[in-house]
Amino acid sequence: MKNKAFPRIKGLPLTLLLAAVTGLSIGPFYWLIVMSTQNSNDIFAWPPKLLPGANLVANLMVLDEKIGLLRVVGNSLLIAGSQTLGALIVSLLAGYAFAKFSFRGRTVLFVLLLSTMVVPDQVMLVPLFEMMMKFGLMDSYPSVILPGLCVPFGIFLMRQALGSMPNELLDAARVDGAGELRVLWSIVVPVMRPVMAALSVFLFLGAWNQFVWPLITLRSPAMQTLPVALASLHGMQANTDYGAILMGTAVSTVPMMILFVVLQRQFISGLLAGATKG
Amino acid sequence: MTLTETRPAPALAPRRARPKKRTARWLVPYLFLLPALLTFAIFKAYPIVASMWISLTSGAGAARHFAGLDNYQRLLADPLFWTSLRNTGEILVIQVPVMLGLAILMALGINSIYVRLRVVWRLGVFMPSVTGLVATGIIFSFLLNKDQGALNWLLSLVGLPGVDWLGDPVWARMAIVLVLTWHYTGYYAVIYLAGLQGVPKELYEAAMTDGAGPIRRFVSVTIPHLRPILLFTVVLSTIGTLQLFDEPFVLTRGGPDNATMTVSMYLYANGFSYFDFGYASAIAYALTIIVVILGALQMKFMGEKNEE
Repeated sequence: MKNKAFPRIKGLPLTLLLAAVTGLSIGPFYWLIVMSTQNSNDIFAWPPKLLPGANLVANLMVLDEKIGLLRVVGNSLLIAGSQTLGALIVSLLAGYAFAKFSFRGRTVLFVLLLSTMVVPDQVMLVPLFEMMMKFGLMDSYPSVILPGLCVPFGIFLMRQALGSMPNELLDAARVDGAGELRVLWSIVVPVMRPVMAALSVFLFLGAWNQFVWPLITLRSPAMQTLPVALASLHGMQANTDYGAILMGTAVSTVPMMILFVVLQRQFISGLLAGATKG
Repeated sequence: MTLTETRPAPALAPRRARPKKRTARWLVPYLFLLPALLTFAIFKAYPIVASMWISLTSGAGAARHFAGLDNYQRLLADPLFWTSLRNTGEILVIQVPVMLGLAILMALGINSIYVRLRVVWRLGVFMPSVTGLVATGIIFSFLLNKDQGALNWLLSLVGLPGVDWLGDPVWARMAIVLVLTWHYTGYYAVIYLAGLQGVPKELYEAAMTDGAGPIRRFVSVTIPHLRPILLFTVVLSTIGTLQLFDEPFVLTRGGPDNATMTVSMYLYANGFSYFDFGYASAIAYALTIIVVILGALQMKFMGEKNEE
């Protein structure tokens, strides 16, 4: 005990305390999974039901009837997927340029890009709305995907990661006669794979959960993403099928939880990148 | 490829292709930057500038005209704007310190050498932050139900009276604080945990040989090392909470009686329910100014100490 580092509290009470805190953190998920299998009456039972019910399939069917589940999930996947891929490529290319080339305007451009990180997204809502109206893009996939392609944080992250990559590797490939795209694809990308994985997870999570802008632009039910469809279902006074709402919430949440458990390292390093490297 | 280069004249095809394919060296970085610059110019820089202009106009479509600072004057005299600002401020000053304080305690706990199953706790507390805010809002609208909600049930188990979480103005703001705290604390705890693991062990040992107790070691070894991360998290969570929208939108719809109407919700209502774009843009810029000023103050305040 004498020479051990900082917190001197003994193991068991602290471990129990952490177990309790973890219980509070994941309790609502357990509750969600239980309730998404109950009918509307049992959701409001007192005391609350603590074990799953038999309404899983029924809730799924009602949910599908109300929002068109496959279509909405498909919208979410398509938007989040292409936004992630697009932003990843944009970030990689720009980060590479900033990290490995010296050119006129490099510092100015980089600072300009990063400085927009302090501007709240709300500032862009009205002009983006007018822009999408003008281009006839309202209620379309591109209206959501396009504004999500330039992610200053992603560019920053790629530049930081590429900064530590030795130039000799790149120069050796160039001497061997490789073109610039070839250098990028066969030298840079393989080395950057872990960072790109972390960034992808970060981007996908953000795109999957984004709400305000899709709420504004995706007006017709057939175009809506999961969060938008769920929020409008939840907001309808007339709708009292709570089992279906909670089933929808589970559908939007559980895949991310599973993905998180599987890709824990990528999730955490993606979300922490800004904190530890900034 | 190396071979074709050293080969003499007869190697026709690759040679002829080369000068065409090779882009001028100075152009290369700009080509790599092009997608970023285009998307940045169209979807970030232009909207930021246009929004400033729109905030100085009044009317919609063809009827839009320059109105100077009218929108900003109206803003200063608009009681609902001040209400939304006060609500946002109240949620902010309670939520940020409570959440970050809890996050530090969590991180210290998980980092303790006596604790087992560290990976499990880290996974568990981080889990809420992968959930979307809409999903979180929906879950908690049930959990916080006054008569049948699980939280009041838990309170009743320990003999406490139920709380009208979503119906009482003050409690409704606390409900927002509670939900945000549930959602983000683990995320910040994991950030702090990464910071704690970066503190050199020798420093603690040195402090201990000097006879420093646990609190003294925390204040004079841990805190100074965490300061850059503390600054980052304070700024990040302040900016996030200032822009609060999803949670009150789903959980309380801004009610009861505007008690949880935030600046972002008021902006949304003006812009996309009343289509008063000029006014909405003025609110957006007011929010930007507040974000920038608060961020700068925090950096100055916490950054200075850093140099000591």
